[in-house]
Amino acid sequence: MSRIWSFQGGIHPPENKQQSLQQPLQPLSLPERLILPLQQNIGTPAVPRVNVGEKVLKGQCIADPGSHVSVFHHAPTSGTVSDIGMYPVPHASGMDALCIVIEPDGEERWAELEGIEDFRAASKKDVAEKIRVAGLAGMGGAGFPTDIKLHLSDDHIVTTLIANGVECEPYITADDTLMRARAEEVIGGLEIATHLIQPTHVLIGIEDNKPEAAMAINAAAARSPLDIEVVVVPTKYPSGGERQLIKLLTGVEVPHGQIPADIGIVVQNVGTLAAVYRAVHAGEPLISRITTLTGDAAERPGNYEVLLGTPVSHLLDEAGVDRERLSRLIMGGPMMGYTLDQPGVPLIKTSNCLIAGTQEEFPPAPPAQNCIRCGQCEQVCPASLLPQQLHWFAKGREFGKALDYNLMDCIECGACAYVCPSNIPLVQYYRFAKGEIRKEQVEQRKAEQARQRFEARQARLEQEKEEKARKRRERAEAAARAQTSRPQPAATNAGAQASDPEAQLKQLKTQAAVARTKLKKAQKALEQAEATGEGDSQALAAEVAAAQARSDALEKQLQQAQQQAQADPSKEPDLKALKVAAAVARTKVSKTEKALTEAEQKGAPSAEKLRDSLATLRAKADEAQRAFEEAERAAASGQEEDTASPALDIKALKTAAAVARTKLKKAQRALSDARETGDTEQIAEFEPQVRELEAQAEKAARALAEAEAAQPASPVEADLKALKSAAAIARTKVKKTEKALADAREKGLASADQLETALAGLRQKAADAERALQDAQPRAGAVEDA
Amino acid sequence: MESILIAIFALLGLALVFGALLGFASIRFKVEGNPIVDQIDELLPQTQCGQCGHPGCRPYAEAIANGEAINKCPPGGQSTIDALADLLDVEPQPLDAEHGEEKPRAVAYIREDECIGCTKCIQACPVDAILGAAKQMHTVIISECTGCDLCVEPCPVDCIDMIPIEPTLASWSWSEPRPGVQIIATDRGHRAAVTGSTT
Repeated sequence: MSRIWSFQGGIHPPENKQQSLQQPLQPLSLPERLILPLQQNIGTPAVPRVNVGEKVLKGQCIADPGSHVSVFHHAPTSGTVSDIGMYPVPHASGMDALCIVIEPDGEERWAELEGIEDFRAASKKDVAEKIRVAGLAGMGGAGFPTDIKLHLSDDHIVTTLIANGVECEPYITADDTLMRARAEEVIGGLEIATHLIQPTHVLIGIEDNKPEAAMAINAAAARSPLDIEVVVVPTKYPSGGERQLIKLLTGVEVPHGQIPADIGIVVQNVGTLAAVYRAVHAGEPLISRITTLTGDAAERPGNYEVLLGTPVSHLLDEAGVDRERLSRLIMGGPMMGYTLDQPGVPLIKTSNCLIAGTQEEFPPAPPAQNCIRCGQCEQVCPASLLPQQLHWFAKGREFGKALDYNLMDCIECGACAYVCPSNIPLVQYYRFAKGEIRKEQVEQRKAEQARQRFEARQARLEQEKEEKARKRRERAEAAARAQTSRPQPAATNAGAQASDPEAQLKQLKTQAAVARTKLKKAQKALEQAEATGEGDSQALAAEVAAAQARSDALEKQLQQAQQQAQADPSKEPDLKALKVAAAVARTKVSKTEKALTEAEQKGAPSAEKLRDSLATLRAKADEAQRAFEEAERAAASGQEEDTASPALDIKALKTAAAVARTKLKKAQRALSDARETGDTEQIAEFEPQVRELEAQAEKAARALAEAEAAQPASPVEADLKALKSAAAIARTKVKKTEKALADAREKGLASADQLETALAGLRQKAADAERALQDAQPRAGAVEDA
Repeated sequence: MESILIAIFALLGLALVFGALLGFASIRFKVEGNPIVDQIDELLPQTQCGQCGHPGCRPYAEAIANGEAINKCPPGGQSTIDALADLLDVEPQPLDAEHGEEKPRAVAYIREDECIGCTKCIQACPVDAILGAAKQMHTVIISECTGCDLCVEPCPVDCIDMIPIEPTLASWSWSEPRPGVQIIATDRGHRAAVTGSTT
């Protein structure tokens, strides 16, 4: 007999265990349907493996683990999967979760099971795998996957294996009944666990209020080849807590922040061990468990062998629970359990007890009063915490301080609340504080992640910007180098042919422009001098003459060079350059025209001069336009054979048509303006223009239509996409306009009418786009079919 | 006279020695950056939403360190303001409504069949939580989304919704116990409550 240590604190609440021990273990009839939550344990939920309508056999796997810390689930009976959906689950929140619903067919046909005959001969890995596929999770409390606990990594050396048969919470007798009825299985499971983790010391802890169970276990242990020590411990709540039991049996305290395995101890519930025995020897998965149903409202309290997924209401009916007297339904024990709001929830792998309490048995909690700092809670805390301090911190939302006082070591046993003379719901405060702290931690983690991502993005953008700047700099440098390394084509040596005629032309142009500017400046200075009578007007006049001469010479050179460049047969007429030249010439003409009208209005003497220059400029512009048109015609004729890129052509045509339309519109507007003002001269001027533009626009439109018709409808898909986006954008525009209209109406703005017309137009457009899209879709389908 | 001179020289000597010491220390133990900015940044929710008027949480942290009001962060809400007030030792203020109100946490959701693949939301996302390419459908990586709202405005077809995060079984936590009624209760109720009807 080994020594029994003691742990600090603990209480002795009334046991209330006799009610459910009057009858032996009873089977439960098959319910109408079984609801199996995909999450019955700590960790991640499982993933369904079956589909709705599928037939399943008893013991067939219906869900796979979702991660490492997750378990398999099996069909508790044969039948049909009728639904996979959200159902209320046994959880303190009363929320729904994903469940698999099975309608039993009553045949109880088993799937083929295969056990391991001699587990001692099998490898540890095989045995652990057997336990894993049986879907075992700790049946005492939290439901931690058993295979992980029994198949630890090599850096954990386990010295002590403890079977937990203490069952210290009042009312619950499920483990007691199990040990009485199936002591052999418990010992068998212990043998398997011993084989897996090779401890030097194997212990079973049983409270002294279960003498029959201790006797049965003792008898079974005596038959075992193992040296199993059955330790009967004095009854005290909560000696069944993992850490408390370890302290009780070995005298070792599990350090803060560590798990028992870290100090070489593994604790398994006796129910789990029995399930391990069945899983390894018979290959039987975990599909049923022993659940205590007790409480004053139950006519036949006792222990029932229930299939997992059995609705609580079914068990209540079987046990003859008087719904009239039932005031509080508790899942778990009276100390750590939670109230169930709906009896439709199923029993799961961790449901060890169900209490159907009456009003007298569980009266509503009396009102909480103020803490009187009596210190009784500190006396009973089994985790050696300071419940009073924790209560203040939780109430004042000073969660950081609560953490400093090791709130996370609280096992929520409820001993402090039990002894509290002020009826303060202490455990509720701790649970609340723990939840808030966890939430904060999750948020902090998320914030940290977001910060990292944000900074990474900023760094990336910065880098891209730098890259761009660097490239630009390099390009500029390269250009500058090229400029300086090229032999200076001297402006004076105009006859000398440079290697690059184009560059030369450019240079000449620049020089000519500079000369012109200088000339202008000199002229202005001269004018000023003449007007004010200040300065040396003669010298200035000479300067102007010199500048004029230089400018003229350069202009001539430039013209020569340009003619040369154009005459160059090897060079194609540069359409773009010509276009630009024509446009520039036009702009000049218009500018000069404006200047001329101004001058005429003011009656300035420069009007005469301007008129001359306007004439020359007009001639030049006409020439440029002609040159451009010729070049274009030539290019067009060259391109006519080149039909390789019809899409491009269409684009160009489209642009041309659009440009023509815009021009036409402008001209029309100008014309209407002129009409309004009654300027007959202008009307006469604009009318032919408009007519001409109309013709042009029509021509462009026709050309476009022809080109489109000629083009095979191959890129329908791309078209479809474009149409889709167009339709979506049109829809959004309509929406936005509608909103704006509503706003405008609300505010009584005058723009509402305008918006209304605009909206009508947009609606029409959106409808058109939609229709076009619909038209295009079957076409696209046809193309795809072809 | 001599004693006065001695005193003056002694004090002068001390001043020089300590001055040199302080000068050395200020160079040798110079702190890079402002450490308070890091601490403030740690408290901010890092949604990078810009509702405070700064381009991200860190710039706001810098602004707070330079004396800006601490109540301009709607995603952080009152708890962040309280934490900032605690850190900076100033009076906690209510959230400035001008910068928005505290809303439940949400994530962006793209209605994928309406997305036209314009990439505008991708450019707006401060944490690169939107996946997609030009003319391809986009989608939000929910685990990375901070719910900052910045992608909603640029969408040309209004196909982005902000969906509040519903509590799940994993994220659910106990609520705070309701404060008790302040009355003097008799012992009668208490005894029955904890011992049950058997005693």
